[in-house]
Order: sequence, then C-alpha cells, then structure tokens
Amino acid sequence: MGKVLLAGVGATPIGEHWEKSLRDLMVDASLNALRDAGVEKKNVDAIFVGNMSSGYLQGQEHLGSLLATWLGIPGVAAHKVEAACASGGAAVHDAFMAVKSGLYDCVLAVGVEKMTDASTDQLTSALIMADDQEYTAFAGFSFVALNALVYRAYMDKYGAKQEDIALFAVHDHEHAVHNPLAQYRRAVTLDAVLSSPLVADPLHLLECAPTGDGAAALLLCSEEKAKELGLKPEVEVAASALATDVLSLHDRDDLTTLNATLRAAERAYKIARVEPKNVDVAEVHDAFTVLGVIHLEDLGFAKKGEGWKLVKEGEIEAGGKIPVNMMGGLKARGHPVGATGVYEVYDAALQLLGRAGKNQVEGAEVALAQNVGGVGGTVAVTILRRVR
Amino acid sequence: MSYMNSVPRAWRERVTKYRLIGGRCKKCGKVFYPYRGSCPRCGSDDVERIELPKRGRVKYFTVVRSAPAEFKRYEPYVVALVELENGAIVPAQLTDVDADEVYEGMEVEGVLRRYREQGEDGIIEYGVKFRPVVGGGGEQ
Amino acid sequence: MNGIASIIGYGAYLPRYRIKAAEIARVYGRNPSSTPIKEKTVPGLDEDSLTHAYEAALNALRRAEIDPSEIEVVFVGSESPPYAVKPSATIIAEALGITPKLYAVDMEFACRAGTTALLSAVGLVHAGLARYGLAIGTDTAQGRPGDALEYTAAAGAAAFIVSKPRSDAVATIEAAYSYVTDTPDFWRREGQRFPRHGARFTGEPAYFAHIIGAAKGLMEETGLKPSDFRYVVFHQPNVKFPTRVAKRLGFTKEQLERGLLSGIIGNTYAAASPIGLVNVLDAAEPGDRILIVSFGSGAGSDAISLVVEDGITERRPKAPLLSSYIERSKEIDYALYLRFRGFICR
Ligand SMILES: [Zn+2]
Repeated sequence: MGKVLLAGVGATPIGEHWEKSLRDLMVDASLNALRDAGVEKKNVDAIFVGNMSSGYLQGQEHLGSLLATWLGIPGVAAHKVEAACASGGAAVHDAFMAVKSGLYDCVLAVGVEKMTDASTDQLTSALIMADDQEYTAFAGFSFVALNALVYRAYMDKYGAKQEDIALFAVHDHEHAVHNPLAQYRRAVTLDAVLSSPLVADPLHLLECAPTGDGAAALLLCSEEKAKELGLKPEVEVAASALATDVLSLHDRDDLTTLNATLRAAERAYKIARVEPKNVDVAEVHDAFTVLGVIHLEDLGFAKKGEGWKLVKEGEIEAGGKIPVNMMGGLKARGHPVGATGVYEVYDAALQLLGRAGKNQVEGAEVALAQNVGGVGGTVAVTILRRVR
Repeated sequence: MSYMNSVPRAWRERVTKYRLIGGRCKKCGKVFYPYRGSCPRCGSDDVERIELPKRGRVKYFTVVRSAPAEFKRYEPYVVALVELENGAIVPAQLTDVDADEVYEGMEVEGVLRRYREQGEDGIIEYGVKFRPVVGGGGEQ
Repeated sequence: MNGIASIIGYGAYLPRYRIKAAEIARVYGRNPSSTPIKEKTVPGLDEDSLTHAYEAALNALRRAEIDPSEIEVVFVGSESPPYAVKPSATIIAEALGITPKLYAVDMEFACRAGTTALLSAVGLVHAGLARYGLAIGTDTAQGRPGDALEYTAAAGAAAFIVSKPRSDAVATIEAAYSYVTDTPDFWRREGQRFPRHGARFTGEPAYFAHIIGAAKGLMEETGLKPSDFRYVVFHQPNVKFPTRVAKRLGFTKEQLERGLLSGIIGNTYAAASPIGLVNVLDAAEPGDRILIVSFGSGAGSDAISLVVEDGITERRPKAPLLSSYIERSKEIDYALYLRFRGFICR
C-alpha cells in the first residue's frame, strides 16, 4: 500500500467567533486546506467531519451533508465522526483509513466546534456527555471534576507537586504568543495560574483549556492522486491509530495512566516504525495541566510518575528532549473540543513543513499528535513524517 | 433536552440507582457499579448481579464550583469516588458535609437524596448520595 | 402477648441544619428572647419529606431485622410530600426493596398523619391481612416567611415496623383511641404554597380539645390512669402546648420531658409525636408503659398506649439513636435558610 500524503492544511483562528456559525467555520477551514494544497474542491471524494456537540449546542446534526452542501460539492461521501474531544482525531483516523485502503484518493478530515453559542452551564452539561450520562453526569460530576480526581490520584501516587504540574500551562501560553491562530496569545506566570479561581479542586481555571470556536482541516491524498494532480506533498501521515478504554474512571484500577494512550501509541509507533525517541516534536492533549504530564509518560517520553520533571527541567522546549505543544497546546492555542484533534495534526504539520515561525523546532522529521476523548475513553494518535 | 426530561429513562434506572445494583466478576473478582453483563477489568461475561453495600470511604473527591445546568442550584458541592466495603467504586455526590470537612479515607454511608429534577413540574430523580456516618450503630 | 400488634423496629431522622428562633426574630424585628422554641431543624437542598422518610424507615428496618420483601404495607403520613399527585410510598418502598406484593399509600391529616399511618398499619396486621407493616410520619414543614409558624415549622421523620404481638418486639400496642371533629384551625388550600392558621383558635378548641378528648377516651376505655404510664408524648407544635396539656391531664414533668423535643428541633408536624416516641424508646426499659397522643389540624387526635417489650434491649443499638441526629447539627443564618428552603428566586 502506498503512502498517505498530507497535501494541505487549513484552520481558522480559535476564539469567540460571534459572527461565524458552525457551518461558516468548517467551510472556512476546508477551503483553507484546499487552497493550501492547491487542489480544486471537485477532486475531493470523501469528507469526515469531527465534531462533538453540534446536536446539543446548535441543534444541528448531519454535518457531513451540511458541509458538502455549503462547500458546494454535494455528492461526495461525507459524515460526522464523534468521539467526544477525540472527534477530530477520529476523523483523521477515518480519513487515513479511507486513503490507505484505496477506497478514496482525496479526503478532507475536518474538525469543528462552535462553543460560544451556549451559556457556560449549558456547555458544562454538554462536556460531561463525554462521560457516562446515566451514572457520572447523573451524580453531578462536571468534566473538570473528573480530571480533578485524576489530579488528586496522580499527586497522591507520585508525590508530584501542583506547582510543578501547573508549569504546563505556563509553557503553553509562552508558545501561543507566536501562534497567529491561538486563542490566548499572551504569557502567564505560574503565580497567575495558581491564584486563578478553583473550578474543581485542585484544578484552577488557568490549568484548564478554555472554550472557544474553531475549525481545522487536512487534505489527505494517495500517492497516485498526488501524482495525477501534480502535487508534491512534503509530509506523509505515517500512522494513525485509535484505541478505547472503559468509559469512566470508577471502572479503572489506576487513574494515573490512560490505557487508551498506551494502546493507541503502541499501534501508531508500530505502523510508522518509529520509537518515542525518534519523535522530534509532539502535540499532546493537555485539556488540563495534569493530563499533559500524564501523556508525556504514557506516550513513552518520560518514566511513569516523572512527566512533570520534563516540564520543570525545560525538556519540552525547543532544544529539549521532546519539544511539546510548540503552538500553545490546548491550554493556549485553544480547545474547540471536536476540532482539537485536527488542530493538533495541523500544528504538528507546521513543524515538519518549517512553517512554525518563532516556535519552529529545527530539523523536525517526525511529529506526533495525541488526541483524547473524555477522560481517556478514546485516544487517537497520529504520526507525521517528512517525505524522504 | 429530551434525555433530561425522559421519564422512561429515569424509571428504567430506578432500582439500580436507589439500591446500588452492581456486578461481581466471577473470574477476576472485580466488583463494579453499575451492573452490566461483562467485567470492566477482564472482560469476562461470568458476572453476577449484586446489591452493593452502602458503606465505604472517600477515595478521591473534588468540589464542583462550576456545575452543569441541572446542578447549578447545589453549587458548590462535593463529588467523589467512594470505595465501598466490598471494593466497588461508585461515583456519587457527598451530602450533609461542607467541602472543607471532606478528606480522603473519610467514612461515609449511603442515603437517598434528590439528584436531578426534570424541571419544576417534571419528575424528581432520586439516588444514593454519601455522607459522614451518623452515630455508632447501624450494622446493615 | 396481650395487645393489638407489636412494633419490632423503629427509627427516626433529623436533617443536619438548624436555625435559631432568635435569628428569625432578628430578621423581623421581634424580641429574640420570647420565641416559642430555641431552634429548629432545616432540611438540606437535596432533601424532602420522602428522603427523610427513607432514612427513618431504614433505621426501623435495621432494628426489625427482617427481609424488606416481607413488608406488605407501607403508609406514609405527611403534609409536605414532594409530589401533590404521585405517592411517596412507592418510591420509598422501591428504594428499600419492599416487595411489589404491597399495599402502599400516602396519608394526609396535618400533624396527625404519622400516628394515623401507624394505626392503619396496625389494623391490617392485626386483621391478618399483612405480615409486616411500615408506617412513617414525615414532614419538611413550611411557614410563610414572617409568619408566626416560621419559628417552629421544622423537618424530620419517624418510622415503625409493625408485626403481630410478640415478646421479642420493641413494644406492644395495647390500646388506641381516636378523636376527630370538623375544626378548621389550620389548612392549606389546593395550589397554595403556604398553610394558613386560625391563630389563637388553634389552641383551646383544636389542640387542647382533641388531645384531651383522645387521652381521656383511652384512659376511660382501658381503665388506665396517668400514674400507670412511665412516659407520655404529646404532639408538640411548641413547648408551651404539650407542657400545659400534660398538666391538665395530670401528667408530671418527669413523664413528659423525655418525649418533648420541640424546643430544640421545632415542630416536625406528622413526625412530631412519633419522634417524641422514638426518643422515649431510645431510653425505655422492658415493662414501661407509654402514652402517645398526636394532634392534627382539621382536626383529630390518636391516643395510643404501648408497653415496652424485652426485645428493646437487643434491637435498640442496631441503628443510630435520635441523640446522634440531634448532636449532628450545623447552624445556618436566615439567608442560607431561605436558600435551602427555595425561597430565593434565581
Ligand atoms: Zn473480571
């Protein structure tokens, strides 16, 4: 089977897009990706739209046909993909499978979420739908609360300190300053993070990814199609893997590791034939500071219980052992939930394309993006590689 | 939201929620909540339905200071993973306790309380919450 | 065993929160040193008369030590059910695991509903129509903010499990006498949130006439006299009324005080005299005779005479004593009280 090539990437800025609707955002991102690839829309033969909550937040489902209609290419194969906050990563996974299988040659993977149409408490209700509505949501857990429990468990088990873990947010903000699409392009101090209001103890507001609107899109092509269209993509999708774990924390024996990350990463590394040490830059799903730390461990960049040390010792910066979230991560680039998985691949691709500006990791050849749904009920891992 | 105002949904779950109906895996021994046909740890289908004990300890807890819409009126409130006497872990609200009084390992007992209401004129959904143990007696 | 039926399990519940009557007086500019009681119970945000009833019943079940599925009657007496239409009894029975072979219903007779539930269960068990019966009196009473009732309208529940007479029971009911007339001293019209009352009319023609009528009727029928009882419990809307009626009927302070709790918990309406009985059972010894007389507006009283059985010693420690619930208290101010009672619009 041939390579799956990344022919183009596109995204909207993340933020409060009061004048743009859900459909505007996904149309914009899709057109940006097509423009970036230099491919006409009529060449697209399938679209996968990653989105979590359009049914609840906009009263709108059936996003595949909606996007095809508003893009002006009705007729293509298109449907929505939902895996909570991993919806974007799942869309990428489906697009990868579609091209890899040979069934489709030119596929859009789109992620979109329009969060600011809802009030904060409605959003809180929407987000907890990522967990078990009947038992977890019923008991009044917010999604932040579930992650707060993970935080407690992690600090209990490894004796890690909050001031070390919270550095992840500081790191993200520092890098978002130079990302033109980021929601929060300003640095924050550790002091500001730890003195921000508690949302669910011990999680402070500035340790949690913000809510925002945004859409991102990737155009994936087969080698034959690229040749036919005269494209010379510089990056390939070397692997995409997806795994699940039991949906809720109360079913797990250990709260401090995401089994779905272990499984998805193992598969992705195997498919791409790389090891963690070969990864030059990574995008991890730090919806909450402590999750960022846990991902560093589960992805194989740090020993269990020592992810926070990488952060503290500057090893996730450019020039460090494993540069991470160089475009601001979920915390500062932003986290329009169903779009995030696609933004992560977008940001990883910028590094391999040499388009990351001041955040560029020089000579990056292999990049990894990890996207988490719920509290690890689903994890998608994508590995990109420069085409040699 | 239709799921929030569904009477059949609440009705169908009532016994599980009022009495904490869980499962015990006959293969690996895991006890879990709620009951389902396969073990969340080992995947075995050899699972028996049991009523869980209503005493346990707070394993992890947090304070919800920004609640989902249907819990807004209780803000701030404590939610926890409660480890029951037989090892089952139940996600539940704590009640009759102030956030600053809760600690990991706190002994708690199950009581029936209101969780959600389907609007002012809809049905009330009850379930088990946990609170600090009252008095000395009361072996079940 | 001589008697109509036995109580094999009993239990009570009081919510955690308290408000001092002086705090209510402060808000309305009244004299904080002349309030009808000291403090009263207040239910938490997630509580109602049904959840109160559940816990009282659970405590009764712990002492009865029977399989809940053997209970065939559930009566819940309350004037503050969470649903105007839809029984509390069904939810309580389902939550406790009581069989669907069940005669269950809610009852309303103002503050008398608790003893009425008890006597109704006693009747069915005595007649052989049910093996065990569960009777509960429960209320989360409401007084209109600023109304005199607000000082005392409190929350609590008490529950009893009834069987055929047996010596390993907690107590055996030997006689009962009910006294009912049409006397509108307190009422709540359909659709109204708060009850209204006849102020001083609630005293002589209502509370006193009915309690005295029932108590005297029972003693006349049985030949018992006040000195035959170790304890006496009256409905207790405040401290003054039960104290006065005890005196008028010839009971002493010593007979009265164990079962008189309104000064520190308030008027728990349908649970008021039943909770008084629970506190008496928490201290009573085998052979003690107890008289309980309820009163419910509208109006009526049930007088019940019980004799404590040997089983009490073993059953009592199986559930928390009422004192555990009394000690478990957290004082709140009037603002928080309004929030807890749902009086703050948001
Ligand atoms: Zn198992």
